[in-house]
Amino acid sequence: MKVPAPLVRLWHRLGSPRWFFETTAPWLPWLLGLGVVLLGAGTFWGLALAPADYLQGNSFRIIYVHVPAAILAQSCYMLMGTCGVVLLVWRMKLADMVLEAAAPIGASFTALALVTGAVWGKPTWGTWWAWDARVTSMLILLFLYLGIVGLRQALARPEAAGRACAILAIVGLVNIPIIKYSVDWWLTLHQPSTFKLTEKPAMPPSMWIPLLLSVLGFYALFIWSVLQSTRVVVLERERRTAWVQNFVAEQGSKA
Amino acid sequence: MNFESFSAFLAMGGHGPYVWSCYALTLLVLLFNGLAPGWRQRRFLREQGARQRRQEQS
Repeated sequence: MKVPAPLVRLWHRLGSPRWFFETTAPWLPWLLGLGVVLLGAGTFWGLALAPADYLQGNSFRIIYVHVPAAILAQSCYMLMGTCGVVLLVWRMKLADMVLEAAAPIGASFTALALVTGAVWGKPTWGTWWAWDARVTSMLILLFLYLGIVGLRQALARPEAAGRACAILAIVGLVNIPIIKYSVDWWLTLHQPSTFKLTEKPAMPPSMWIPLLLSVLGFYALFIWSVLQSTRVVVLERERRTAWVQNFVAEQGSKA
Repeated sequence: MNFESFSAFLAMGGHGPYVWSCYALTLLVLLFNGLAPGWRQRRFLREQGARQRRQEQS
């Protein structure tokens, strides 16, 4: 199989943290703007315009922040698992930097999904917490994130820390299909997924379109946060290179 | 518009505290994730700038 030349070029450029730092700078304001507009539209529609749920009343409006947070918690983990493979197989420095930057952000989205789920559970399930398959597998995801953050801080040698985090990120990928199918495999309190790839949503469009907008807005803001965070990690780790020292001197003379 | 008045919108049919606390928390998490890298970068620039000035003097 022959890989197209532009892809090969991109792959080689990704090996350069400097190329990443310089290329992503102009993307940041656009991602922020896109995220604010999409999430603003989705949540305004979901909070004020969408009809109330016939069973859950207005508490169902929590879905417009709960589901995007839960989807991003899993997407972020898949990103980190991919970075782990890229780091171990190709030794790409940038993959380790993304892995470091994404871990606390993924942890925050997982915690957000768990807390908003608990608050939603109180009026709908009658309890804040249940050892339900979906809830438990998400709690395991939170522990995986915290484990990766802690592992990096515990290991003094950056290279060893990167490899250990990559291995943990890859092993933890097992949990992702468990989260996804937990509502089908076990009898759970948690309701089944709203979006499925093969079927039309069970909700009317006035409920699921705002949800889709919120999810897309969360994606934009997530990418915005991870890019920003990765850029700082690039500066910190490449601080001995001439280009970072020039950048620091330039920023210092501006301030 | 699904609600008759602004106060009905805030009350969310009795579910107001649940709904609004979730949205407030989400806003906090998104803001923190967006602002924290900026704080970390400012600290890095300050410390690295000082290191470089020391190196120039010595």
